[in-house]
Amino acid sequence: MWDYTPIVKDHFLNPRNVGDIADADAVGEVGSLACGDALKLYLKLDEQKERIVEAKFQTFGCASAIASSSALTEMLKGKTLDEALAISNQDIADFLGGLPEEKMHCSVMGQEALEVAIAKYRGHELPASAHDHEHAPAYPDQEGVVVCKCFGITDVFLKKVIETNRLTTAEQVTHFTKAGGGCGGCIPRIKELIAEVMGKQPEEPRKRPEKLSNMKKMQMIQEVLEKDIRPLLWADGGDLELIDIDGPKVQVAFRKACAGCASSGYTSRVVEQKLRDLVAEDIVVEEVAG
Amino acid sequence: MKEIYLDNNATTKVDEAVFEEMRPYFCEMYGNPSSMHFFGGQVQRKVDEARGRVAALLGASPDEIVFTACGTESDNAAIRSALEVFPDRRHVITSRVEHPAVLTQCRNLIQKGYRVSEIGVDGEGRLDMEELKAIVDEDTAIVSLMWANNETGVIFPVEEAAAIAKAKGALFHSDAVQAVGKIPINMANSRIDMLSLSGHKLHAPKGIGVLYLRRGTPFRPFMVGGHQEKSRRAGTENAAAIIALGKACELAGLNMELENTQVMALRDRLQNELMARIPNARINGGGAERLPNTTSIAYEYVEGEAILLLLSELGVCASSGSACTSGSLEPSHVLRAMGVPFTCAHGSIRFSLSRYTTAEEIDTVIRELPPIIERLRRMSPFGREFLKGQG
Repeated sequence: MWDYTPIVKDHFLNPRNVGDIADADAVGEVGSLACGDALKLYLKLDEQKERIVEAKFQTFGCASAIASSSALTEMLKGKTLDEALAISNQDIADFLGGLPEEKMHCSVMGQEALEVAIAKYRGHELPASAHDHEHAPAYPDQEGVVVCKCFGITDVFLKKVIETNRLTTAEQVTHFTKAGGGCGGCIPRIKELIAEVMGKQPEEPRKRPEKLSNMKKMQMIQEVLEKDIRPLLWADGGDLELIDIDGPKVQVAFRKACAGCASSGYTSRVVEQKLRDLVAEDIVVEEVAG
Repeated sequence: MKEIYLDNNATTKVDEAVFEEMRPYFCEMYGNPSSMHFFGGQVQRKVDEARGRVAALLGASPDEIVFTACGTESDNAAIRSALEVFPDRRHVITSRVEHPAVLTQCRNLIQKGYRVSEIGVDGEGRLDMEELKAIVDEDTAIVSLMWANNETGVIFPVEEAAAIAKAKGALFHSDAVQAVGKIPINMANSRIDMLSLSGHKLHAPKGIGVLYLRRGTPFRPFMVGGHQEKSRRAGTENAAAIIALGKACELAGLNMELENTQVMALRDRLQNELMARIPNARINGGGAERLPNTTSIAYEYVEGEAILLLLSELGVCASSGSACTSGSLEPSHVLRAMGVPFTCAHGSIRFSLSRYTTAEEIDTVIRELPPIIERLRRMSPFGREFLKGQG
């Protein structure tokens, strides 16, 4: 059960401004049946072509997509086009008293349709739109490279949403844009984009040191086992204990689910490879009872 | 607002008689069944009785019944055990439409170096038996296929599949969580080695499951510790829930015919009336053999969550294979595996009935759902084009 605010619920059950405007000045359409949500936004301007006098919408989507569209049309009335363009997806969410984070993409869709409508009206280049038609870019000449193939979302659009909403995790990016919510294949790329926007480079891959004293080596082996290996085993209900280090020989005993597990031989090799990658090339892992 | 509960594949009401059966085992007869004294012994006898009742519903022997905490635990235990029993077999076979309790575990095995094959289904959700035949090999440790699908109710030919698996020496497990209590199951004449069931799908409480383990099937326990369940599942028995499940299984046996006559008739009426009243809809798996209580219908040009919430406003509880309700963003893996067209993959609604479902409740849904679909189609840009085309 989604936890919607009473305002979201009201705009879903009694949506304002549903329909079309036959002589609309601007129309913006984003999304597709394949994506699971779509919005067509109609704007009518006053005689001076300055202010929005009427806004209507048609939406295919979930409750919060319908509520976000309804909220947007209410917010637009009486605004100049420049004032309208200043509306962010967060403003739409705020108007509704907040949206569950998983549903923020609905507010992004509203903001996006608005940008498309105004850009088309002004004869400007279309913004890099996230939503597509049948998994191909909605606008072939849109800026950027498609990152999420499932939903046809470009890097330029993702960076904009990451920056505006100060997103820090791939999960948040999925909630706001849907990118990564299909096959998940683009999640590594999304992480890179977050790092780029945050002005940070992704962490350098750790390398094993050139030379090591015995003392330092033993210390590093313990560290790698504690920080890199045991948490992985815990995830599967297993564990291991370091029994002894003798030169390149590292003796471990498997515990819990790993003890007597059919694949403990495989697990030993994984542990060995990790230690070889991060500590010293010649490490040999031995499984001992104990 | 009185609820109209049509989401029985998600969970069911605990039968009043089941609740009465378990009630004394909390505050009065709370002994540990493993204790030597009379106070524990009287609980042990009720647990034994429950084991017999579960076995009777499955056509099994009481010693083949292992109580667990849930269907998911049973599924996990079955698959993990098979891999430990056959350390040299590195191939696991399942289907693309399994419950996450099986699918997630199988997919996690890939990282551990296992080969995992997921058998596909056709447009009606029927298992590709030819693919199964072609793919089972001497390297296969276990084939795990659901008895009936939770979203569509489509029934798999598990006996035939078990025979194929056994011919190559693999173990066969079936997640029968949705099937038990709805269709007859007889393990006496079966080649299935392991089977999972869950209490709360058949009017017992949540938190109790069973792993059926055929006599002679090699098994390595998932939970180790005490000697409970003949050391096949350590941990103090959830005695009250076990006793409840025993009663629920007894009632399921008594109601089996009703499930396949009265409940099925209501389901058929619901689905036929909805199909007659709502254009551009299709029954997911409608051409396949299905559970008597389940119908999943996809409506073009509308989105499932919006339908569910409008139904919920009227007290009607259903479920959707749609993306937006599950926290993931793509339509359900089951509908995708079936190749349901994208025009309606987002707008599927599942109704799952029980023996408590009344004709009045079904009438309410038949009356209320068509205007909801119409209303959402009028709001949807695609629906409006479609309605215009209709005149």
